[in-house]
Amino acid sequence: MSEVPSATARYHPAIREERVALVDLLDRVLAGGVVIIGDVTLSIADVDLVTVSLRALVTSVSALVEGADVSQENS
Amino acid sequence: MTESPCVWVYAVADDAAPAFTGGQISVGGGAVRPLSAAGLTAIVGSVARSEFGEAALRQNLEDLEWLERTARAHHEVIETVAKEHPAVPMRLATVYSSDEAVAGMLRERAADLRQALTRLTGRSEWGVKAHVAMPDDSAAGQQPETDDPASGPGAAYLRRRRAQLTASQDARREAVASAQTVHEELDRLAASARLYPPQSPEIAGHSGSMVLNAAYLVAGDRAEEFGAAVTELAARHGALQLTLTGPWPAYSFVGQDVTEDAG
Repeated sequence: MSEVPSATARYHPAIREERVALVDLLDRVLAGGVVIIGDVTLSIADVDLVTVSLRALVTSVSALVEGADVSQENS
Repeated sequence: MTESPCVWVYAVADDAAPAFTGGQISVGGGAVRPLSAAGLTAIVGSVARSEFGEAALRQNLEDLEWLERTARAHHEVIETVAKEHPAVPMRLATVYSSDEAVAGMLRERAADLRQALTRLTGRSEWGVKAHVAMPDDSAAGQQPETDDPASGPGAAYLRRRRAQLTASQDARREAVASAQTVHEELDRLAASARLYPPQSPEIAGHSGSMVLNAAYLVAGDRAEEFGAAVTELAARHGALQLTLTGPWPAYSFVGQDVTEDAG
């Protein structure tokens, strides 16, 4: 959410994060959204995907994620 | 490249969605376009089979950099659409082999998709996370030394350490109870709520442990009240650090596991 809609920008800047954190986004795009089984998604859009991707996240914790968070706070 | 491309589906909007041209960002870099059938419009883009076909997709999803780029692009397109129209977000990596297959899905799932669109119309998703506000270690260290010198520095250290641990356990207990109150009060202002598992401190880049990771579906005309409630709850519960995120496209409220509250 690099562009905050003006109608909501005035809310509580003190506790509001202005940029989407990757971890919040992954919660939603991997565990939320409509799941439709078909074609290529046949074996991808199930629970397996969450497991796969969380493994990627957990094993890559390191600089990539932390670096991104630091730059968010400074921007 | 003689392979035919695959079709990535971002979201489904109602028939009133205009010809969507999108911004500069998309999954795989191609054009984003509308695809209509059964009175619904899917927002889709063509993606290379070599990168988004099943085998490649499985492999790429394990690559955090690829995953981040793809998730952010998916989100960016959905957010652009959702700003103008009620739109049902698809889970990441919903990929079809052809436009015809997407049209078939729209026809087959039309009733569910319409129901989801109705549920989201006029509402937005807000995220609220709560972390334990960590007790200040330096304050614990400043407790006056009342130790009997005969018991030695080792015993004094152990006593201090035990006091710190007790303080930290108390803080956590208090934080968990506060988080429950926060959730109940916010749930009352929301049409629906969904609890996600807490994020681990390493991944979230936050020192205190997370005691609430929730999403709330809030009517547009209650958004301000909801934000004010978060601010007020943050002030009332000093044991917690609250973070408000959003508005999000309604990712958390389009599955079949969603139940509707009053409000």
